[in-house]
Order: sequence, then C-alpha cells, then structure tokens
Amino acid sequence: MHKFREFIDRNIRQYGMVIALIVIMVFFGFATKGSLIWPRNISMLVRQNTYVIVLAIGMMLCILTGGNIDLSVGSLVALVGAMSGTLYTTLGWPDWLAIILSLLTGLVAGMWQGFWIAFVKVPPFITTLSGMLAFRGLTNIILQGYTLSLRGLYEVIGNGSLPDVAPNTVRDFLRVGDLLNLKNKPEFLNATTLIVGLILSIAYVLFIILNRRSKKARGYEVASVRSVIGKAIAFFIIINVFAYWLAMDEGIPILLVIAAALYTIYTFITTKTIPGRHLYAMGGNIKAAELSGVNTRKMMFLVYSNMGLLAGIAGIVVSGRLMSASPIAGQNYELDAIGACFIGGASAYGGVGTIWGAIVGGFIMGVMNNGMSIIGWDVFMQQVSKGLIVLFAVAFDMWSKSKSKM
Amino acid sequence: MSEYILEMENITKEFPGVVALKDVTFKVKKGEIHALVGENGAGKSTLMNVLSGIHPYGSYTGKIIFKGAECRFRNISESEAAGIAIIHQELALIPYLTIAENIFLGNERAKNGIIDWDETNRRAIELMKKVGLKEKHTARIKDIGVGKQQLVEIAKALSKNCELLILDEPTAALNDDDSDHLLSLLETLNKEHGLTCILISHKIHEVIKIAHNITVLRDGRTIETLDNSGEPVSEGIIIKDMVGRELMDRFPRHSAKIGEIGFEIRDWVVHDPLDEDKVVIDHVNLNVRKGEIVGLAGLMGAGRTELAMSVFGRAYGKKISGTLIKDGKEIVLRNVSDAIANGIAYVPEDRKTSGLILIQDIKRNLTLANLKALTQNFVVNEDEEIKIAKDYREKLDIKSSSVFQKVGNLSGGNQQKVVLSKWIFANPDVLILDEPTRGIDVGAKYEIYKIIIQLAEAGKCVIMISSELPEILGITDRLYIMNEGRIVGEMKTEEATQEGIMSVIIQSSDRSDRGNQNA
Repeated sequence: MHKFREFIDRNIRQYGMVIALIVIMVFFGFATKGSLIWPRNISMLVRQNTYVIVLAIGMMLCILTGGNIDLSVGSLVALVGAMSGTLYTTLGWPDWLAIILSLLTGLVAGMWQGFWIAFVKVPPFITTLSGMLAFRGLTNIILQGYTLSLRGLYEVIGNGSLPDVAPNTVRDFLRVGDLLNLKNKPEFLNATTLIVGLILSIAYVLFIILNRRSKKARGYEVASVRSVIGKAIAFFIIINVFAYWLAMDEGIPILLVIAAALYTIYTFITTKTIPGRHLYAMGGNIKAAELSGVNTRKMMFLVYSNMGLLAGIAGIVVSGRLMSASPIAGQNYELDAIGACFIGGASAYGGVGTIWGAIVGGFIMGVMNNGMSIIGWDVFMQQVSKGLIVLFAVAFDMWSKSKSKM
Repeated sequence: MSEYILEMENITKEFPGVVALKDVTFKVKKGEIHALVGENGAGKSTLMNVLSGIHPYGSYTGKIIFKGAECRFRNISESEAAGIAIIHQELALIPYLTIAENIFLGNERAKNGIIDWDETNRRAIELMKKVGLKEKHTARIKDIGVGKQQLVEIAKALSKNCELLILDEPTAALNDDDSDHLLSLLETLNKEHGLTCILISHKIHEVIKIAHNITVLRDGRTIETLDNSGEPVSEGIIIKDMVGRELMDRFPRHSAKIGEIGFEIRDWVVHDPLDEDKVVIDHVNLNVRKGEIVGLAGLMGAGRTELAMSVFGRAYGKKISGTLIKDGKEIVLRNVSDAIANGIAYVPEDRKTSGLILIQDIKRNLTLANLKALTQNFVVNEDEEIKIAKDYREKLDIKSSSVFQKVGNLSGGNQQKVVLSKWIFANPDVLILDEPTRGIDVGAKYEIYKIIIQLAEAGKCVIMISSELPEILGITDRLYIMNEGRIVGEMKTEEATQEGIMSVIIQSSDRSDRGNQNA
C-alpha cells in the first residue's frame, strides 16, 4: 500500500492528464451522441492533430531547457510548405527530393535560431519572434501570395493509410455488418491494422516480461509479478481495441505512423540517454548543470535545431493534409504547441515535463476542438475555451505544487 | 506590564508527519539581546515564522503575548504593524534598486499616492547614519557588499519603527570584519535606542559575545535558557545542550599518509569576466600532495572561489593563463567536462544555487556528473542508478525517505551529503571543496569532516576553501592564505593559529595599500 502511494505520488501529474483526457472524451462522446468516438472520427482526430503533436514534441524540449519557447514554428510550417510547393509543383522536381529539401529548410532555419540563442545569447523569445516575422515574410515572397496545390507523395502522407495486405479470401472472413450504422463505412475490417495491432501488443508484452527477467538476473529491483501481468494485459487490450477501432475505418493513417515513430524516438532520447538527462538538469538548475559538466550552449543549439527539423516535418504533414502550400498556413500553430505542452504538465520554469504529456496535451486540445465543432460551437467560442484550458492547466500545476510542499 | 516584551507560551506546531515545535515556551525581556541557538531542524526558524505570522494564527497552538497583549497574527504585515521585524537569512533586497528605494520598499514615503523623494532620501540618509552605512543612498544594492546589504536590511527594519528585531543567521555570509561590525551595531542599537533583538546564529562565539540570554532549542523543544549577562556561558555547555551529548572532538582525528605531489597550479592568472583589464587571480602557485588536505584561508572576496572555479574547466573568468599539472603531466581543461574527465571535482560554495537540482530526486542529482559510467549503447541504466544511489545513501547516511526523495526537501547537511556523493561517484583524484560545511549544524559538520578525511585517506588530493578558521585549523594538513587574489602565505597547519593567519592577511593588505600609494 505504501509502495502504491509512492507510485501514485510520483506519477500523479501524468495520470491526472490522461484522466482529464478520458473525462473530456466521455463528455463530448455523450454531447455529440457518440459521433466523437466513431471510428471515422477517431481516425480524423489523429490526422487533424498530428501537426500539434509533432510541434509539441519539439516545443517540449525547448520548454524543458528552462521554460523557453519557440514562437517561429507556425511561420516555419508555412515556409516549409512554400518550399515544397515551389520545388514540387512549380519547378516539377520529384516529390521525394522536394520533401528532403523542405525538411532541410526546417533544419537550417532551426540551426540559424539555435546559433543566435546558444552562442550569441539572444533570448529565445526575441530570436524566435524575429523568426516568426521573417519566416512568414519569406513564405509570402516565395509564394507571392498564391496558394499552390500539392499532390503526389504529399497527398499520400497527409491523407493515406497503410495498404490492406489481405487477399480476398481473408477479406471475406473479415466482412462485418454495419453494427454502428455508419455512413461510408468500408465493408471489411482492415487486415493490416489488425495484424500490426497484434504484433505490437505481443512485442510489448514480450518486452516487459523479458526486461523484468533480465533485470532480476542482474540483481536490480523489479516490480511485482502481479503488477507486471496487470500492465501487460491492460496494454494488450488497449492496443488491440484501438487497432480494431481503426480497422473499422480505413486502417492506420500514415500520419499516425509518423506520430508514433516520433513519440518513440523522443521518449527514448529524453528518458534513456545522457542528452535527455542533461536537458532536465539544465531546466532544473542551469548553474548546477554547468558545474556538473553539462554543455548548456550545445544543448540549446541542438534543441532549437531539432525544433526546426520537427517544424519541417509538421510543414510536410500540414501541406500534405491540405494538399496545398498556402501563405497563411500554420498561423497560431506555435501557440497550439505551447498550449499542449503546458496542458500536458510542463513546468513554465523548465525541467519538468514529458513527451507523453505533450502528446496527451495535444489530444486534449484536439478533442475539445473537434467536439466543440461537432456540437456546433463557433470558432471564437472554441478559442475562448482553449485559452481557459491552458490557464486552468497551469493553475492546477501551481496548486498541486504548493500542496506537495506542505 | 511585565518585564517581558514577548512571551510565547506552549507553542506547538505540526507539519504533516512531523512535529516541528512541541510545547515551546520562549520569553524575551524588554531591551535585551536574546540569542536562539540549536541545530538545523531544531525549530528556530519555525518558531520565528510562527511569531511573525508566516504560519498564521490557527495553524499552531499556544499563546503569543507581545507588549502585554495577546496577538493573533495572520500574516507578516500584521506582525510588522505591531512592531516585529524579521530579517531572513536570504536577504530580501532588490538588486537593481537603490539603497534608499530598498529601505522604503513596501513602506514608501508618499503624499496622496505620489512618492515624496525628498522625504525618502532625507529619512534614508538618517537611517543609514544610524546603522553606520557609509555609502551614497543612491548606490544600487547589487554594487555593495553582502555586509552592507545586511545593514540596509536593518535600516529597513528600523524605518518601520520596529521594537523587536529578529535576525536569522545575519553573519552566516559575512567575513569576520563585517560580522564584528554588525554585532557591535546591534549592541549599540540595543544600548542607545533600547531595541530588543532576537538573534539566531550558528556561530556560538558570537552569541556568547553579545547576548544577554541564550535559549537553546533541540528537536522542537526548549532545552534551557542560559543567563549570559554576567559570567559568560561556556561554549561546551551550549554545544552539549544543542546536540544532546558532549562533543569532545569537534574534528575527527586523521592520520595522514601523505604521498607525492598530485596536483599543482602554476602561475595562474585570471581576469574578471566583465572587465577584462581587472586581474582577479594574480600569479597563484599552489600544490597538493596525494592524501593531503590543503586549506585555502582568507576573507570573503579574497579570490578563493574564483581561483577554484577558473581551475575547474574555466567555469569562471576570462583571459586565463597558467599551467595545471596533474601527476607530473600538464593538463589543459577547456571546459567543465574536460575537468571532470581529468579527475577534477569542484563542490561549489552554494549548494542550492549551484550544487543541486532541487526539483530532482537524490538519485538523479547523484549521477549527473558521471552519467557516462552508467551508459551503455547510449542508454542510461536506471536500475544501476538506483542501486548506486542506495549505496551512497547508506554509506554517507543521507537521511531521507528513499533515493526518490527530492533533494529540495532535505535538510542542509543531507543536501551537502548528496553533493559530496555526486562528486565521489565521479571518482576524481582532486577534490576542491568550497565552504563544504556552510549553514550546516554541528553534528552534520562532524560527519562531513569524516567524509573529507576518508577521501584524503583514500589517496585523493583535497583542497578545502573555508571562511571558518577553526575548521581549517581542525582538519587540514597544510594551508595557504589568500588575499586580494594572491597567495600571501603558506604554513603547516600544526604551526598555524587564527591570530597568525589574520595577521598575515592584514599585513598583506597594508603592503598592497602602500604599494598603491607609491604607484
């Protein structure tokens, strides 16, 4: 019991956010008479919010360094889109090359800002404010006010799903009736999705079992058998139910693959590697971190360069989804990403926050947007509620901190 | 009215899980200097927080009678209005404002909501004279020393017409000169203006020097109140009351097995990072042998911290020149990670601002400087980390609920043990310890000394910077004396005395003054 209490204390902030997400989903689930959680809508939620998740992952790293933010990412998304449009549509270069060069544009823009922040010590707020203006301006210069259409690989990334691998005989087996009375529902369950779900869940269960065994063999502390089995079963069910849900629609969106890959990579970096540790250390106390051998300048440079690269990915995602490069793309995206991080438990002073939190925060905003749209609230009302949510999330953070000090 | 200006009766204050004060009775006579002593965590600060309303009425039980009337303060402004002023250990001054502005901060001299600067300045000059502060009232706080800042705090308290002044460790950050000045100021204010003072201090000799009565707290209880107005109370009795046992030796014994020279600094010159023409460290030469503890004595501002930090991978200073030699070979340290990789460790002076990450737990703090040792194929082994942290927690007796406890919640002595663990885990050959026992109580100090001695006995080179001469004399083998950025003396500890060290410092200052005049 004591152990359990300790565990809860250590994880309350993260679980609190997941609970908040579930509560919000249940609320809008009822309010929209179920449409919010229809397979089609879940799949759309994922597609609509991938850009926030990609940006929030990068933004989380910036915030971790000490509450620093990047205001330029929205403009950078537009600039990357403009590059793509020009290279692919106007100049007719191959789509894969246009994508690589666009990502490079994002990275270079990030390095440019990282240079001023890390080595000239211009405060991030100022540097990225400058970037926000300059990148938007460049976008308009490149596009000359026009919107360019983007198809090819962009369309596949933005709107495609993993192809269904099942031969027809298997498909017949997966034929399902229209249980939920959905319109436009495919006739078959998507076999790829079911297989991927099954493989992932089995791999995950094997991983936690083997990991526990090897830890025990080396004499480290391990969680109790019961909690490991519980966790394994829970994740097995969650992953497969989610896969089934997606299989009822078009399957796994390519955007979900991108988001999941980024989540895995960045969670690994922040929790398991030395640079990750250094990030949290410098956000906690920059002077102590420096005196412990953390190269804080290098870290700042890397974090902002990385933000540029992720803004590049978000740029591809957004232009692919909209199938166009527009001079007004990405407006206010920086605020969505910052909001997602703070809702997801980042500390405004740095040193506290997780990639998982940023993603949950991004989904909370996404579900609220989507839910309110379905109910029929107008955009302005949505802005008001988004604003309040960010405020309340941070207020809750402050309150829980003052509680824990007592 | 009784002879007591303040009577706190049967005060009990509980925090979740801890009883911080248990049935404490504390009485202060009008017009006296009353010292409050006790180990860290004995409840001194809590008692003063109860008195000043930081812990509001209702959160404690017991009675506070001030000037004959029972008080129920709900916040600081109520206690201030009643005439109680508290000066905390961490000064509450705004660095970019002037002395005069700081004195009247929150208590501005205003007419109809508009600040009357003439009145502000006139009163500020008057108060500064009263506390013996020789600065312009327009000087900014950031440009004056800590000793003078302390005087500004006192002036600020006096501006509020306080009758009872509480000072929490006022001399902890001051050198001996500034401390003496501050203590004699308190005596003057006490004698000439009848100001009643409560003085919280770890420095027992100061307390004996100026207090009329001394109350000792231990584990949240009053142990006794000693009358110090006639015959001075002996230091031994106070220490015994504080720790609950007689401390025969304040310093552990150590048998030095001193080897060859392990680390040497030659011709070290450092310039001020903000003003490249200003020499901060001037041609310093020093060496440490393996297994030796070398002390660096000197007044605050002598350049000891600057020396240590500039050696530690140029963490301080510009235009650094000179040579570092380790085990007979020259080493070049361009940054802190170079220094760590070459087996140098620096335990900073202020553990809270530069030693620890307070929002992180013990294990993470402990491994930060040597994560490489835990890393394989880019992955930090967190299980190994927990194991190591548990080891150190046990070995150094870090009092905590577990290695998952945040270091911000530990007491000063235990925080210092975490910092020491961190650098021991980094496995250095040379350890530079900057004021390793500052703000730590007597019992914990003894444990820290034991750790330092163990390190030396394991053959490491130890350089210890300390402003407490008894400590330097107590545990070092040899010592250097620094003043104004130069080494002005070197002696074997067994031949050194406090008076001897001070006179070396004073003579060197005189000499440089004369030198300046001639030039």
